[in-house]
Amino acid sequence: MKPGTLLRHRELILVFAIVVLVALIALRFPAFILPRNLIRVFDDTAILAMLALGQMLVILTRCIDLSMAANLALCGMVVAMLNAAFPDIPIPLLIVAGMGLGAALGAANGLLVWKLDMPSIVVTLGTMTIFRGAIFLLAGGQWINAHQMSDSFKALPRNVFLELPVSTWITVAVIGLFALLMGRTPLGRAFYAVGVNPTASVYTGIDVGRTRFFAFTIAGMVSGLAGYLWVARYAVAYVDIAGGFELSIIAACVIGGVSIAGGIGTVAGAVLGALFLGVVNNALPVINVSPFAQMAISGAVIVIAVIFNARNERKRGRIILKKAEAEARA
Amino acid sequence: MRLSSLRIAHFHKAQMTQPCLSLSGVSKSFPGVRALNDIALDLYPGEVTALVGENGAGKSTLVKILTGIYQPDAGEIRIDGTPISLPTALAAFEHGITAIHQETVLFDELSVAENIFLGHAPRTRLGLIDWRKLRAEAQDILSSMGAPISPQTRLKDLSIANKHLVAVARALSIEARIVIMDEPTAALSHKEIEELFVLIDLLKKDGKAILFISHKFDEIFRVADRYTVFRDGEMVGAGLMKETNEADLVRLMVGRSVEHVFPKLDITPGALVLNVSGLSHPTEFEDISFSLRRGEILGFYGLVGAGRTEIMQALFGITRPSAGTVTLDGRPALARDPAHAVDMGIVYVPEERGRQGAVIGLPIFQNISLPSLRTTSRAGFLRLAEELALARKYAGRLDLRAAALDQDVGTLSGGNQQKVVIGKWLATRPRVIILDEPTKGIDIGSKAAVHAFMSELAAEGLSVIMVSSELPEIMGMSDRVIVMREGRMAGEFSRTELDAETLVRAAAGIVEEAA
Repeated sequence: MKPGTLLRHRELILVFAIVVLVALIALRFPAFILPRNLIRVFDDTAILAMLALGQMLVILTRCIDLSMAANLALCGMVVAMLNAAFPDIPIPLLIVAGMGLGAALGAANGLLVWKLDMPSIVVTLGTMTIFRGAIFLLAGGQWINAHQMSDSFKALPRNVFLELPVSTWITVAVIGLFALLMGRTPLGRAFYAVGVNPTASVYTGIDVGRTRFFAFTIAGMVSGLAGYLWVARYAVAYVDIAGGFELSIIAACVIGGVSIAGGIGTVAGAVLGALFLGVVNNALPVINVSPFAQMAISGAVIVIAVIFNARNERKRGRIILKKAEAEARA
Repeated sequence: MRLSSLRIAHFHKAQMTQPCLSLSGVSKSFPGVRALNDIALDLYPGEVTALVGENGAGKSTLVKILTGIYQPDAGEIRIDGTPISLPTALAAFEHGITAIHQETVLFDELSVAENIFLGHAPRTRLGLIDWRKLRAEAQDILSSMGAPISPQTRLKDLSIANKHLVAVARALSIEARIVIMDEPTAALSHKEIEELFVLIDLLKKDGKAILFISHKFDEIFRVADRYTVFRDGEMVGAGLMKETNEADLVRLMVGRSVEHVFPKLDITPGALVLNVSGLSHPTEFEDISFSLRRGEILGFYGLVGAGRTEIMQALFGITRPSAGTVTLDGRPALARDPAHAVDMGIVYVPEERGRQGAVIGLPIFQNISLPSLRTTSRAGFLRLAEELALARKYAGRLDLRAAALDQDVGTLSGGNQQKVVIGKWLATRPRVIILDEPTKGIDIGSKAAVHAFMSELAAEGLSVIMVSSELPEIMGMSDRVIVMREGRMAGEFSRTELDAETLVRAAAGIVEEAA
């Protein structure tokens, strides 16, 4: 529905690539395509997929959020500490608290970008470190371990509901909400407008700074949700959880066709990008690829994806140039 | 040796009779527009030739041809009688042609010396840049010009006037023979302009041929030896400055045959809609007062940079005025931001369509519905059917030529993009629509469509403000015209008093009116 058939075309390519990849793996390890395993792979990718969606919003508006993984870690630590101290707080309430905190942290990023007009890469590089530091201060450098967490805290994401784990259902819900946001709300439209042409957006009455603020806030809220899921899933919280994960999030976006230059990207693309990374990361160990080769392969995938994107954008650029010349005749 | 040429050797009169640059039969067309038609122009060493003409007369196109940015479709360019071609900017540079623009195009982050010698820096025997020599030579050139600038200063720390000096120093360093000055005084103060004139004298004595483009008649009469007048892409007159006067030049500039009939409907202006009083801005405009009635088209004429766009941006909430009041239907209506202006019913179609107007990258229907999303959605959710219906309605009204409404607005022609931008605002049902250079750079057919539509809108009771630098458009479409000069109102004329020469005089400040 969003800019151009080229992109939809590109999402088909991604689906095709994922299917081919899965098929190749299945040739050697038929067990890989058992429904149970595929569900596990998807569930493994669930956190990455929702974070990629949050990051997509930010990138669409020509910004970037490097603090998402640190935000996740901070929110995860806070909910884990709350659970350890007050095991009676219902888990849904904890999740809401985590999302609220995440949104507040994201909003702080957004406010700095909006009101002080600072480049987002600098802002979030700073807040990334601040968030990590805050975890250390909060926990005094201690870990929150599995035995300190209540059973229901750890069990909720793994509970099975209608054949699928709850964490998968949560991800499906997040994807649905994002699809609604991007396709059916004025705010979703504003993210695209601000990204493809910030100046014209201003002249159309869209507040660019405010739109970016919302992108950061929503990305933060998703980070908060992911924080709980991460800590509950791995049953441990410490300063460095999800360290370096911000780059995987951005990689998922780029592979999914989200343009780093802003304005281009779809919900399906970001999710497929995450899924592709998830399949690669899950499959490579299965077929005995060394971890170092895995890193190289993941990196190569990202570079190839960027080349794809660059080609798409060059098409766009040519139109603009043609226009510029037409205007120069005045 | 480079420096010897700088020790201003007095020029031999004998050489002045032959032009060093000569253009003949030069033509250039763009799709739908003939920018230059069979142009002739001669530049003589040691002389300043003024190029005058209205906006859109083809002056900029000529500069771009001379600097190798555009290629002419036909015609010949000769240097010292030898035909040359200028396929690239580098070729122009190598032929000794250099240009100084209104806003100097140099490198802000580099030092003055680096800017002067960029691309032809002195080298050491190893092929590395000889920094000591570079600075020394830069200092020599600047001193010979009497310019109080240190070669080590970064360019961004200089005033625009001093940046011009650097550009001139660069021209001297490459031993340019032809210096094009494209409205060099537009951003300068009086004192700085005086200094520039001293420099021009210096360049003349050094034997440079100078092409001086300016809208300001006092400057032209002050520095130029010869003149050439362009009108609608044609050369309509040339001669010696001492054999002409202001009135003759103005007549040459505007004396056109009216080939375009404007579809202006006669209206009786209705009730007062918009009232602007004492609107001022610290740097852009001062004490602007005017009113606008229902069904009226109010034209704003003036030179580029006279402050017209800035006033419109203030009315639309893009910039904040420092003083003054705006009322719409008697209620205060000073816009906080564009969204507020749209809410009140003031909309603005900006001048730079590609950058400010159309959201290129979004499909046509989304462009049209963008400011109306609140009305096309229910409970916060967009209703795509309503959105498409809205887009279809206004695309139809504006006779938009597009294959499908979901194609990228960037694939449309300039004229059709403009229709999309106008359509998006009409969909918000405004009270006042501001059109800034509404037909700049669009083809004749779309121009006529936009004009007809403007007239129709006014007849339906919309109030229109039209900023335009094109005299025929201003005279053909406006009920009333305000002329701006240097940020102030230089005159107000009703439709019956409109006269091309009066408007040009007021805009150029030849007759001191309401200064």
